[in-house]
Amino acid sequence: MKTYKCDIVVVGAGPGGSMAAKFCAKGGLSTILIEKKAEIGAPLRCAEGVSKKWLEEVGIEPDPAWICADMVGAVIRSPSGYEFKLDESHAGSEVGYVLERHLFDKALARDAAEAGAKIMMRTSCTDIIRENGKIVGIKAKSMGEEIEIRAKAIVAADGYESQVGRWAGIDTTLEMNNIDSCLQYRMVNADIDPEYCEFNIGTSIAPGGYLWIFPKGNGVANVGIGVMAKLCKDAEPKKYLDKFIAEDPRFKNSQPVEVVAGMVSTCPGLDCAVGDNVILVGDAARIIDPITGGGICHACRTGMYAGLVLTECAKKGDFSKKALMPYEKMWRDRMEDKLYRNWMAKERLAELDDKTIDELVKLISGSDIKEVNVYNLLKVVKERFPKVVEGFEDLI
Amino acid sequence: MKVDVDKCLHCGGCVGSCPVNAIFLNDFVLEFSSKCTKCGRCVKICPVHALSMEGRR
Repeated sequence: MKTYKCDIVVVGAGPGGSMAAKFCAKGGLSTILIEKKAEIGAPLRCAEGVSKKWLEEVGIEPDPAWICADMVGAVIRSPSGYEFKLDESHAGSEVGYVLERHLFDKALARDAAEAGAKIMMRTSCTDIIRENGKIVGIKAKSMGEEIEIRAKAIVAADGYESQVGRWAGIDTTLEMNNIDSCLQYRMVNADIDPEYCEFNIGTSIAPGGYLWIFPKGNGVANVGIGVMAKLCKDAEPKKYLDKFIAEDPRFKNSQPVEVVAGMVSTCPGLDCAVGDNVILVGDAARIIDPITGGGICHACRTGMYAGLVLTECAKKGDFSKKALMPYEKMWRDRMEDKLYRNWMAKERLAELDDKTIDELVKLISGSDIKEVNVYNLLKVVKERFPKVVEGFEDLI
Repeated sequence: MKVDVDKCLHCGGCVGSCPVNAIFLNDFVLEFSSKCTKCGRCVKICPVHALSMEGRR
């Protein structure tokens, strides 16, 4: 069997994996980044909406090559059609760009390669290798050939599937209230506002989740839905999404050109995202905004943190769980409060009936929010509907 | 478990949701290992209803 040797093996070349590989390679570590699929960034499993602020934080320069559309605002719509619209002057951190993920992901992989990481395509991790109980690498299938990749530490960036962590003994299992089952069509010839991301909420629209319309220019849009898994039994995402599109006049002459499915975790992140010789990043670590389902910025941040911490660990040759704990501290310091707050908000939102959501949207549309983000919306809710935020009001 | 290959979109959602890590997505093919307890979770949450219990519909 062919055996490769390196300092760090990164499983999965999504944003989290590429960022981790880039920062490991930059730190002078020999790094192998493996990708199961035949193409990085495709097939799509994403609504492609991101905010703008975090890009600088992780050292990514916005590039027109992967920016598909620039948003000027957002619309939140209730079941009865009440709208909360924020114009350009009020546009904030929950809207920003709609990306071309297949190009964005490849750009990050290019950065990893430029830093010195070796990329192996069509290479899927099938298990981890332990010797005397210690993780010493992974088993993989590369272009159909069984191989081993020996490494000092593994970065699990295998996305929602999150199998590497589980093989390594970290429980990444989710409760059914912390999973959203999603379906999305790329619609063309749609009569939609090209500069606004739209979020439709309500039990009759998307039980326990929301339905999004993210424009990509030229009458093209990602139109998708997330439904809380606990409330699914018989292809609910497809039923609700098809119904919405059939009934909305904006899609009267519109057709789908792509259909994608996927799932997203809506918990506040793993209890611990490191183990001896293993770090979990991004979706694999369940580090995703539980209310928006947005995870690209979280993946990029955690990937970067993982690379920085592994670089430090290499100096002492210690990749034990204890040595990797600074990673745990970094992501928690940066994101934990917000993840927990948004998780609580998601749990409460899922309990509200359509009538209450109508009231809520009416109420926030009458408020003077300067910047649309979950935090500002929750502040208004706290003032007017304190019951909704009971138990986590301290975080608002 | 039965996979309706005409419906499955290979999203891997069932893989990440499986409580016993018994599913593997190999390109376009879902593989169930003997660890599967037939709990039915994947059947319930598949966005396009591509999974069913063997012998049941």
